Amino acid sequence: MQQKDVLPMKPELAGKSAAAAVLPNISGSEAVIRSLIAEGVETIFGYPGGAIMPIYDALYDFQNEVHHILVRHEQGATHAAQGYARTSGKVGVVFATSGPGATNLVTGLADAYMDSTPMVCITGQVAAHLLGTDAFQETDVIGITMPITKWNIQVTRPEDIPGAIAKAFYIAGSGRPGPVLVDITRNAQVAKFDFEYKKCDYIRSYRPVPKLDTEAVKAAAELINNAQRPYIFCGHGVLLSGAEKELIALAEKAGIPIASTLLGLSAVPVDHPKYVGYLGMHGNYAPNIMTNECDVLIAVGMRFDDRITGDVTQYVKQAKVIHIEIDAAEINKIIKADVAVHADAKTALEALLELVKPQQHDAWIQQFREADKKEEEKVSKKELYPAEGGLKMAEVVRLISERTAGKAVLVTDVGQHQMIASRYYRFQDPNTNITSGGMGTMGFALPAAMGAKVGTPEKEVVAVIGDGCFQMTLQELGTIYQSEIGVKIVILNNNFLGMVRQWQQLFFDKRYSSTEMINPDFVQIAKGFFIPGRKVTDRADITAAVDEMISHNGAYLLEVVVEKEDNVFPMVPSGQPIANIRLE
Amino acid sequence: MQKEYTVTVYTEDRIGITNRITVIFTRRGINITSLTTAETEIPGVYKFIITVLSEKSKLEKIVGQIERLIEIHRAFVHEEDEVVYQELALYKISTKALKNGNIEQLIRENNARILTITDEYFVLEKTGHQEELIALQAKLAPYGLIEYSKSGRVAIVKWSRRFHDHLKELEAQRPDNLKQARYTAHTEVSAEEESI
Repeated sequence: MQQKDVLPMKPELAGKSAAAAVLPNISGSEAVIRSLIAEGVETIFGYPGGAIMPIYDALYDFQNEVHHILVRHEQGATHAAQGYARTSGKVGVVFATSGPGATNLVTGLADAYMDSTPMVCITGQVAAHLLGTDAFQETDVIGITMPITKWNIQVTRPEDIPGAIAKAFYIAGSGRPGPVLVDITRNAQVAKFDFEYKKCDYIRSYRPVPKLDTEAVKAAAELINNAQRPYIFCGHGVLLSGAEKELIALAEKAGIPIASTLLGLSAVPVDHPKYVGYLGMHGNYAPNIMTNECDVLIAVGMRFDDRITGDVTQYVKQAKVIHIEIDAAEINKIIKADVAVHADAKTALEALLELVKPQQHDAWIQQFREADKKEEEKVSKKELYPAEGGLKMAEVVRLISERTAGKAVLVTDVGQHQMIASRYYRFQDPNTNITSGGMGTMGFALPAAMGAKVGTPEKEVVAVIGDGCFQMTLQELGTIYQSEIGVKIVILNNNFLGMVRQWQQLFFDKRYSSTEMINPDFVQIAKGFFIPGRKVTDRADITAAVDEMISHNGAYLLEVVVEKEDNVFPMVPSGQPIANIRLE
Repeated sequence: MQKEYTVTVYTEDRIGITNRITVIFTRRGINITSLTTAETEIPGVYKFIITVLSEKSKLEKIVGQIERLIEIHRAFVHEEDEVVYQELALYKISTKALKNGNIEQLIRENNARILTITDEYFVLEKTGHQEELIALQAKLAPYGLIEYSKSGRVAIVKWSRRFHDHLKELEAQRPDNLKQARYTAHTEVSAEEESI
């Protein structure tokens, strides 16, 4: 119902009058903020600039409704929004200005697209009459971000703002989630119009949730019921769909071992009797080699990344593959599915659970446990409990895991420390593993940890970061200080770009080309941002230092100087069959 | 094995949609040899007809990735015998050539027709498959061919149904679209919020 005669209302007033569906004559900028509030947005990560100033001006009137966190670089805003989305289950929201502000979003958008993270980025743009004229801070952000967003749109008229934002949230959060960018020209931000918001729940060319094919589910159940050595892969889709319980129930009922992908970590508690470990190039030994031993593989919400498959011509050839996946483009992309269940993981697993027969495959699971011993003997024991030599990354991760009871949100950056942390942190709760998987974006962890903490303030958030990664986004310490974000930062410092150095050692004749780092004093840097910290070089001090960090109220930086030239094992050399996995 | 395929894509009418489609071919290093697009019998729904030289398995994956785009209804890859298709070419030839007796025969044999004649040139039109159009171009060359211009492919799929029926099916699926996973539970609009 239109009420042209009422004055624009602040939301606290508007809520009282149910009939006030239309707010006459408000600016496009105010419409942006009101649209976000209507979508339930409470937090925005952003950075102002010329072309988005009217929106920031409108935001000034809504400080009680929407919390804006001023980051130090737009890339930081995107990763923070990713961390926020993955812990809170809400869509992450980012503001940036045109030109350089918009181009600084590119890495985070690409990362979110690869790792299916829901995010809505709103960028300011030069006025519509200046588009295409090389105006100051004009860039074709729509063209630039087309291949790295799930959807993007440029809005040049205020009346198109609510519809564009409604669609953006619907697309970002539905189906296989992903990032969306809405580019709003300055004239659309300042012009006035009659505002009305309607949430989007339908786009005729977009089918986010496919209809479950019950025949496919029956065929899958049949394969599972007749399997001798069934094997489940748990991917990120399990977490995105909220299907952790259903997956575990299936494993328990049908006696199936579960391995996790990097992004699937934390869906299943690591001490669950059916959990057998983590897959991939630096994953656990048993789950990798057993891929080529199973007779039925049930891949749930995962996409057979090359870091998991190695050489696909020698991968899981012996087994029937059931692929449960919401994104049709992922089915048969890398591995041919014998039974494709194109569906949301939770829906598919619920249906499958009813049709599988109770079974146990203890001897089969025992084979994993036997293989585990080999890894423990050759790798894990030495890594977790070293008696001598420099500090090991793994023992630091073990201590953090023990001190947080595996219940912290673990945010990792990219490289050796990421693989070690993913291997040894003993995850207990869903959505507590935040990392950059598909893109492998160095510099991800510090800003992502901020977002993760804002998304779940009640949880301990520990960022495990390498010395190289930290220096890519360390300016976000300023955000952490200003916005009082209580994240724990652990720098595992080996004075090397460790993973590249490892490859140089193993595959490039130890020619350490540009991988050694001469580092600054990280604790002093933290001090400069008024964040307390401590540096540890001796094993004797590490336990107390981890305790001090965990018990500290507020942000804290712990630098641990670790063994300089350690390698991460097991390792499947890039492009080789998984059978070539190396333990040393 | 590389072969010529026809890819058809049904889209919404939206700025930049061509870019969104072609970038998917670009990523996999596939050259588009022709592209034709126009509105279909349904207002607002466009059809792209793309010809490429590639492999079927590769194209099936590309079609999957095209369908993933929000504004795409459907995308298909067709073998040559699954489509009825036609292309059109225009030939600009020096008028002097008309004085040569053989040109009449050429026009007759090729079912070409004259669109316009000026003092300097005349324009011939011919429809057919690419090979026929190119063959005529070669035959016209000795007569002083000034310019040649060929369209992309226009195709009808032999097994296609009315696209209206497909859209109806989409509408029927609508309730499923409302059922969401993790990321929508929180965005339920309360009556209060809705009233803003």
